[in-house]
Amino acid sequence: MANRQEVLLTGAGGQGLILASIMLAEAAVSDNKNVVQSQSYGPEARGGASMAGVIIDIDVIEYPKVVTPTVLLCMNQASYNKYLPLIKPGCIVIVDSTFVKGPFQEEYKVQVYPITSTAKEELKREVVANMLALGVVNAAAGLVARDIFREVIFKLAPKGSGELNQQAFDLGYSLYEHGSEQGAGKSAQNSQ
Amino acid sequence: MPETKPVLMQGNEACAEGAISAGVRFYAGYPITPSTEIAERMAARLPGLGGVFIQMEDEIASMAAVIGASIGGKRTLTATSGPGFSLKQENIGYAVMAEIPCVIVNVQRMGPSTGVPTAPSQGDVMQARWGTHGDHPIIVFSPASVYETYYLTIAAVNLSQKLRQPVILLLDEVIGHMREKVFIPEDSKLMVEKASDKVPADYKPYDEKGLTPLVPFGFGHYYHVTGLFHDQYGFPTGDPLQVERAQDRIHAKLDKYRDEVVLTNYIGHKEPRVVIVTYGCTVRSARAVIKKAYWQNRQPVGLLSLQTLWPFPAKEIETLAKQADVILVPEMNMGQILGEVERHVKGEAEVIPINRYDGEMISPDQISEKMGRWLS
Repeated sequence: MANRQEVLLTGAGGQGLILASIMLAEAAVSDNKNVVQSQSYGPEARGGASMAGVIIDIDVIEYPKVVTPTVLLCMNQASYNKYLPLIKPGCIVIVDSTFVKGPFQEEYKVQVYPITSTAKEELKREVVANMLALGVVNAAAGLVARDIFREVIFKLAPKGSGELNQQAFDLGYSLYEHGSEQGAGKSAQNSQ
Repeated sequence: MPETKPVLMQGNEACAEGAISAGVRFYAGYPITPSTEIAERMAARLPGLGGVFIQMEDEIASMAAVIGASIGGKRTLTATSGPGFSLKQENIGYAVMAEIPCVIVNVQRMGPSTGVPTAPSQGDVMQARWGTHGDHPIIVFSPASVYETYYLTIAAVNLSQKLRQPVILLLDEVIGHMREKVFIPEDSKLMVEKASDKVPADYKPYDEKGLTPLVPFGFGHYYHVTGLFHDQYGFPTGDPLQVERAQDRIHAKLDKYRDEVVLTNYIGHKEPRVVIVTYGCTVRSARAVIKKAYWQNRQPVGLLSLQTLWPFPAKEIETLAKQADVILVPEMNMGQILGEVERHVKGEAEVIPINRYDGEMISPDQISEKMGRWLS
């Protein structure tokens, strides 16, 4: 892992991205890294735009907001349109094809996974799509050792849902190992 | 030293934990973004510690309840944000006048009025100073990290007890909501400074020193508590001599304990040409600038971060003004602490404001761009 990772999890309010970001930050603390987690969201509990940032560094972190993302997750079309132009080459971009329909430009090497639809089909619970996404993100970027997450997930997931959330996280890894849907860098239109 | 292990904690949670470490056992408040997590944490923690959490009908009543509990002998806290802070002002004045210790947290959001509830701002600096009417002393702290929030809350509670003076903790949305890795002592009992229990037979709660701890109501000593100017026993007076002496006395307390009250931190070059003066979350942006400009490039720059906003760190600014050519004052408002800096620089250095009031943080680039112009 590079010394500094700036992770941006974006989507709609209610998709659980802030909880996912807190889990990632907790895991980074358990991994003895410095970490700052921040978020921005509207006044609504559901809907509206939601963004959570996690900076993981071995150095002291001063400015707490993500400036140059090294990992970008987009869980809806609006966030994809908004945040993709901000990134620089080399940033890992992961999108949920359930909601994001492209275009997947060549230069960004976008990785496309059916995150929410997999949660719905395989686990019958759309609500754990955030954990699935976290699994994909960590598998793709190798931010924190995988086994650290178990304790964190059981600690922070709503009572009684630890196992389900862990399953979703593991399913994220399988999804990543299975490979990007349209293949990195190919546009959705081309592959159809 | 008690054992510590790193934890991930939010600024608001650290505020609640700091308060609990400092012995706060009474919280009354009305939830409001972005301060709600403080109430949530206190509600979860206090009952288990034998404390009391009350969600009041509004902020006016919350402030009144906190004052009442404090006279009853509890260490107290209330937390709010801009609109609620406006409502608390009248009773904050009452607490100043009656010299009742309490800590008021204002997690600043974008105003005026309901503004942008989830956006950060540093727009309440002057309200924290002059929100309540009349000449009055006030202590205002502004932390720049989760850990600083923890220890400044402890300092706020202890100082408020020691000086019998309301203390305001001015957080901003960034610090209140962000989570960081912090080391918090597990055994927190050490943090509490205990006021003296010794009470003379002729108990004067408002004596010359003004530092005599208030005997909790119901513990055998009778005294009067009022927002009117009062004599040493607390009974109202309009006698010009007594009124003037009382005013001088409550103001002098803060001067006498200035070393404990006025907290600042300087980093950077010993003989700086350009100095940044800032507070709260903007310190983070400034530190990122100094890290590069001084620690890496050894440029003659420095940063004075103000943990205490009021009483204003005048001496520190005067000293800086003699060394530096330029003082940059970034703040997330249209210029509030700026006027105070100018007042104490007295024209000895150029004072340059950097303001942002769109609900976003001032970025390190914004500061270094301005700084660069004065270094070249």
